[in-house]
Amino acid sequence: MQKVYSKIDAIQGNVITVTASGVRYGDLATVNSSHGTSLAEVIRLNGTNVSMQVFTGGRGISTGDEVRFLGHSMKISFSDNLLGRIFDGSGRPRDNGPTLEENLIEIGGPSVNPARRVIPRNMIRTGIPMIDVFNTLVESQKLPIFSVSGEPYNDLLSRIAMQAEVDMIILAGIGLKYDDYLTFREQLEEGGAMARTIFFVHTASDPIVESLLVPDVSLAVAERFALKGKRVLVLLTDMTNFADSMKEIAITMEQVPSNRGYPGDLYSQLAARYEKAVDFEGAGSITILGATTMPGDDVTHPVPDNTGYITEGQYYLRNGRIEPFGSLSRLKQLVNDKTRKDHRAIMDGMIRLYAAYKESLEKKSMGFRMGEWDNKLLKYGEAFERTMMDLSVNIPLEEALDKGWEILADCFDANETGLKSELLREFWPKKEGQRQESA
Amino acid sequence: MTETRGKVVGVNGNMVSVEVDGNISLNEVGYVVIGDKKLKAEVIRIRGNRAELQVFEMTRGIGVGDPVEFSGELLAVELGPGLLSMIYDGLQNPLPELAEQCGFFLERGVYLPALNRTTKWTFTPKVEVGDTVTAADTLGTVPEGIFDHRIMVPFDMTETYTVKSIVSKGDYTVEDQVVELEDSKGNVSQLTMKFEWPVKRAISNYEERLKTGEQMVTKLRIVDTFIPVSLGGTYCIPGPFGAGKTVMQQITSRNAEVDIVIIAACGERAGEVVETLREFPELTDPRTGRTLMERTVIICNTSSMPVAAREASVYTAVTLAEYYRQMGLHVLVLADSTSRWAQAMREMSGRLEEIPGEEAFPAYLESVIAGFYERSGLVRLKDGTKGSVTIGGSVSPAGGNFEEPVTQATLKVVGAFHGLSRERSDARKYPAIDPLDSWSKYPGSVDKDATEYARSILFRGNEVDQMMKVVGEEGTSLDDYVIYQKGEFMDAVYLQQNAFDPVDAAVSVERQQHIFGVMMQILASEFGFEGKDEARMFFNELRQKFIDYNGSEWDGDDFKKLEQEILDQVESKKSGVDRLAVDILETTKA
Repeated sequence: MQKVYSKIDAIQGNVITVTASGVRYGDLATVNSSHGTSLAEVIRLNGTNVSMQVFTGGRGISTGDEVRFLGHSMKISFSDNLLGRIFDGSGRPRDNGPTLEENLIEIGGPSVNPARRVIPRNMIRTGIPMIDVFNTLVESQKLPIFSVSGEPYNDLLSRIAMQAEVDMIILAGIGLKYDDYLTFREQLEEGGAMARTIFFVHTASDPIVESLLVPDVSLAVAERFALKGKRVLVLLTDMTNFADSMKEIAITMEQVPSNRGYPGDLYSQLAARYEKAVDFEGAGSITILGATTMPGDDVTHPVPDNTGYITEGQYYLRNGRIEPFGSLSRLKQLVNDKTRKDHRAIMDGMIRLYAAYKESLEKKSMGFRMGEWDNKLLKYGEAFERTMMDLSVNIPLEEALDKGWEILADCFDANETGLKSELLREFWPKKEGQRQESA
Repeated sequence: MTETRGKVVGVNGNMVSVEVDGNISLNEVGYVVIGDKKLKAEVIRIRGNRAELQVFEMTRGIGVGDPVEFSGELLAVELGPGLLSMIYDGLQNPLPELAEQCGFFLERGVYLPALNRTTKWTFTPKVEVGDTVTAADTLGTVPEGIFDHRIMVPFDMTETYTVKSIVSKGDYTVEDQVVELEDSKGNVSQLTMKFEWPVKRAISNYEERLKTGEQMVTKLRIVDTFIPVSLGGTYCIPGPFGAGKTVMQQITSRNAEVDIVIIAACGERAGEVVETLREFPELTDPRTGRTLMERTVIICNTSSMPVAAREASVYTAVTLAEYYRQMGLHVLVLADSTSRWAQAMREMSGRLEEIPGEEAFPAYLESVIAGFYERSGLVRLKDGTKGSVTIGGSVSPAGGNFEEPVTQATLKVVGAFHGLSRERSDARKYPAIDPLDSWSKYPGSVDKDATEYARSILFRGNEVDQMMKVVGEEGTSLDDYVIYQKGEFMDAVYLQQNAFDPVDAAVSVERQQHIFGVMMQILASEFGFEGKDEARMFFNELRQKFIDYNGSEWDGDDFKKLEQEILDQVESKKSGVDRLAVDILETTKA
């Protein structure tokens, strides 16, 4: 069935309606207007009224434009040729490379049978101490970065993309500023990670309907690579833009809004994407890191709130640093007992002391007298922030743990740290003089 | 399948509009036929010859004109031996079997029988030819795990029947005919060991519903002592994300002193279900010595699975629970989370373009929630035995705000409220139940006066704490400071519980009563401290000892030794007893 219709009955926002028959829900169509050809997807059938969202937007479409139904739903080409390439939300090249049309796969496929899932067990090393030591990222985890506009969450993502020990990266840009897109590309090219990366980028100036496709396209491709044994890291930035696009379409379609204008199925829609994170037994895996900007730094806003219920923890990015409090990788307990035996102790101990430092800092700012212990804590807190929390540090976990011991030894006596004596005997650094002797 | 045929005239998300040419009923199951697949759907609205169906699968590819078939039956589950230790989706499809057939993904349109058709069960008849029976009477039993599974007269057979034939003791599958019943008009029904029951109708074949009162022990101190739950009761656990709702549910599913636990993982993360799926077969149930899986059924409709089936999943869970209740068993249903179920209703209501209520939830939200929780209860069966269904639902309020409609509608109908707080979980105080906000209408393991006294210390300690944040430690009187320390002490040693400690993870009622008595002696004592530093040191030391005491084997040597040390330390500084607590001390004395 490839039928052409040349009368559009209604154009409202990005949604057009034609009278047609034999059309199936989710089918694609092309719309030929004087501005070029665009894809459109069927989002509602009502008798012979077929409503479609037009990927390039409704602007400039004439009621006399030609609509041609393709008889299949959205598909994307899948092969190794995708690696190193940049595409837009509907799979068209953005990098002047050839258009890929072989081996088309469906997007937004069924979800994984829970009975076939396994308990996550592998750590993903990123070289960033705040992640590796304190909130370890685990293969098949889904984790958002909660942040606010202006924070360097994209820099953090590109750093992770370059440093993470995975087989490949899929970067899904949703409503990215053009500058941010160029920065991503530049950083990955300079970092030499481009060859193992695929970009699906929707920039802020692109039509919003395409932004809705970006996560599905990216995750469909990721799923295929994972089934072929690849460990894939998918970076979604920014999921708040995705939710906002959904809101826009929902309102255009006159759906009853539920909370602050978002559609009632916001949770299910977000979950359908994040739940694609999986570890296929005997094959590869998908790990998802998403950026979620919180409008007004409000974690109870529907987007971060619903996201928090779906994901397995969250990183808070504030003032250019991953906050040690509030940030949580819920799966870290599954892996950090197998790294090095002091890992958990350092993780808990350093955070506990950092919390004490924050209290001292507060007391200081209120004008209370600082005792000897307070001064030690102040020194410690400062060193901790400088060495561990700096996101530009790139060191392996073991080195980061050693650094942790160094900082502790620098600021405290061994018995003040509250760490187990057994670990102290093994890991507590020898004094400066002794070290030189042994060297 | 009935004669009625329909064809699709509209598709909107997971709702299809269908034009029908015959009779259909509300909540009837229909199938949308696309190609060689039939997608299960349920009728949710009828207007003239047009009906709306919610489809339990992805609707992509459905077109106008596609045929629709109707089954004539309501959405039902299959009941019979072999339900225990199964893992089902919201429509009672066995997921492991589905995985064997379809691999990693949940293929749509594949429906498998809920009960294994080839397993043989040893049937022992309990009636003889000529006996008269009515609905829910036991015809025979089969052993299922540690239970005697009663094979009953199907609950919808409303007449009085005479047993016309019954097989002798032997091994049969659920499809083999075991009994023939004849009604007064001479109609004969041939029965197997399985039958179906519509999920949205409560099973009411019991003599009478009783008042709840007997405690359902969870082995969590804060719950059993302060906010207890009764067998046949209801409770809810609302909490913001990350506060530990699911962990609470998991711990309860392990330790609760009930016969059977039915877990409805409704619209939550798949990862959490996986933990239960993989761990339960390895864990031993201390009550029976068998694996926990043998007393568990998991209904698993996680967040990325089709939304309409999510709505069905809580009903599937409670129906299975009612079925086992009919065998005189105590069943606990844990629904995680009921908010996702309410959201599924909201999505559907939106598609039906109903006039929305608060936060766009449908206006019937409250009555539906009430109807669900009211399916709990303690009942006396016709043979005199008692059975119960207890329902614990977690609630995920938007933004962690308990004022939202689902939490409020739930609070109206439950008997206990276990509110989780972000503040406590951030401070790593687990279980993160807020001891001051939470409440229960059920009787607990410790006398009410005593718990009220302990709670008042906690309340006053909290007030002092708030005040101290403003005026500093210096501006607080010693008496107030001691109350603050007592409150903190009680929080640390009684309310918080270490789920990873092999002993502390599950505390028997006997032990709870005992250590509550010991703690009361500390809370009710007046102390003669010189200053705040001394008080702080005193309580720090006491706390350390008490935590070790909590971790020691019940009634073992360490336990007794530590208890003596604690009492000695208290005695060393004690200057008197709060006169309000004198009577209470008599009742809690260990």
